[in-house]
Amino acid sequence: MAPDNQTAEATRTAAADRTAQADRTAEVDRLRAALHGVPDPQWLADALHRVAAEPATVTRFFAAAGRRCGRDPLPDAPGWTADEAARALLLAALPADHAGHAGTLYRYGDAAEKRAVLRALPLLDVGPAGVPLLHDALRTNDTRLVAAALGRYAHRYLDQPAWRQGVLKCVFMGVPLDVVDGLDDRADAELATMLAGLAAERAAAGRTMPDDATGLLRRLTATQEG
Amino acid sequence: MRIFDPHIHMTSRTTDDYERMAAAGVRALVEPAFWLGQPRTSPDTFADYFDSLLGWEPFRAGQFGIRHHATIALNPKEANDPRCRPVLDLLPRYLEKDGVVAVGEIGYDSMTPAEDEVFAVQLALAVAHDLPALVHTPHRDKARGTERTLAVVTESGIDPGRVAVDHLNEMTVELVRDSGCWLGFSIYPDTKMSPDRMVELLKRYGTERMLVNSAADWGRSDPLLTRATGEAMLLAGFTADDVDRVLWRNPVEFYGQSGRLDLSDLADADATFAGNSILRGGS
Repeated sequence: MAPDNQTAEATRTAAADRTAQADRTAEVDRLRAALHGVPDPQWLADALHRVAAEPATVTRFFAAAGRRCGRDPLPDAPGWTADEAARALLLAALPADHAGHAGTLYRYGDAAEKRAVLRALPLLDVGPAGVPLLHDALRTNDTRLVAAALGRYAHRYLDQPAWRQGVLKCVFMGVPLDVVDGLDDRADAELATMLAGLAAERAAAGRTMPDDATGLLRRLTATQEG
Repeated sequence: MRIFDPHIHMTSRTTDDYERMAAAGVRALVEPAFWLGQPRTSPDTFADYFDSLLGWEPFRAGQFGIRHHATIALNPKEANDPRCRPVLDLLPRYLEKDGVVAVGEIGYDSMTPAEDEVFAVQLALAVAHDLPALVHTPHRDKARGTERTLAVVTESGIDPGRVAVDHLNEMTVELVRDSGCWLGFSIYPDTKMSPDRMVELLKRYGTERMLVNSAADWGRSDPLLTRATGEAMLLAGFTADDVDRVLWRNPVEFYGQSGRLDLSDLADADATFAGNSILRGGS
């Protein structure tokens, strides 16, 4: 690449990084605002402060977040529950090594903590370092983890073969496909082949496919034919 | 009849057992960390085991509307293997989790010096993490083991009302009753305690601080013997309220001392999407 092109490329990358960082900050601010109504907002404010100053305290706060902030859906942040959002904020409040902390909190997390780490990944400046966590979650048979592993972060970073298997696993397990971020963006001819195979197996067994999977297969087939 | 099984090792049971338990009235249970038959040799396998008690098992249970909680500890048998000793370093992290309602099973297996030390350390952890303790009594030399257990409990300074001493029988019931600890009875097909013997103990000692569990595990055991004990109580003239106290309110009161027992929305089956129950996690 010529020096001028390199400079232009670096400028474009830097601009994209700034945009991504601004998006992450806006999302963190939105979750923070949505958590104002939780039972013990002062606990969360203190915890975020402590975590920023003493990162090792995150382990204890992360485990207690459900008990202190509740587990109900947040009206002002659709798709988020209070415990998930609080845990995402705790992760985002860490001063450094977000990927390392996310990995450890996931490794030793209960199911709700693991799910919160997966949900938090798009809010953290970790690049593709969180992808092994998605692979781990997609190997489980826990529908809550599988669903959380196919969000915005997966859309951006998960490799296509694992992403296709994840989508197919949702159909298998009865998880609605609206949990998959950017479904139609990433769905391809190979996924259509896999879905058609599953549909044929189900038909042979006298069983039906979920409507959302049938709809996706129809859209993919129409695109190919068109 | 609503049933809370305060001690059952679901890791060793099938999904069909969850289904049968739900049909029999089991709505909640506690799965204590224990040994798995095959000895373990590293703390990492314990971490995976604890993760399963706090992740996969609650998920499986939730599919049948059963609320699953756990107790976490290094069990007395494996406390004797120096390779497992670093499990103690993992415990502070796990004892902070939502689903953990006690430290357990701790106590004695062969009454070795290693068991003395690990038992005492874990009672101190229970105090430090503001959790009750579930204490296993040895199957061999049980009466003397129970005496020694109660001495260690007293020495630790933990409130006896926050300790359940388990696997009791006719020989050990009075010792524990006089200590102020809760009394656990494991109803087994052949060994430990039977429904009819349990009824006799309830007649003689009343229902206060009495906990009845199936302790079902990988051995010959039956997760429905809690229900059978409730039925035997009714046949013997106990009221439905007595049965409810023993099989529901007592375990709720004991583990409720953790502040982490979550029995809200029990009618709802957890983690199902759009009414689909994912009974095997695949088709």
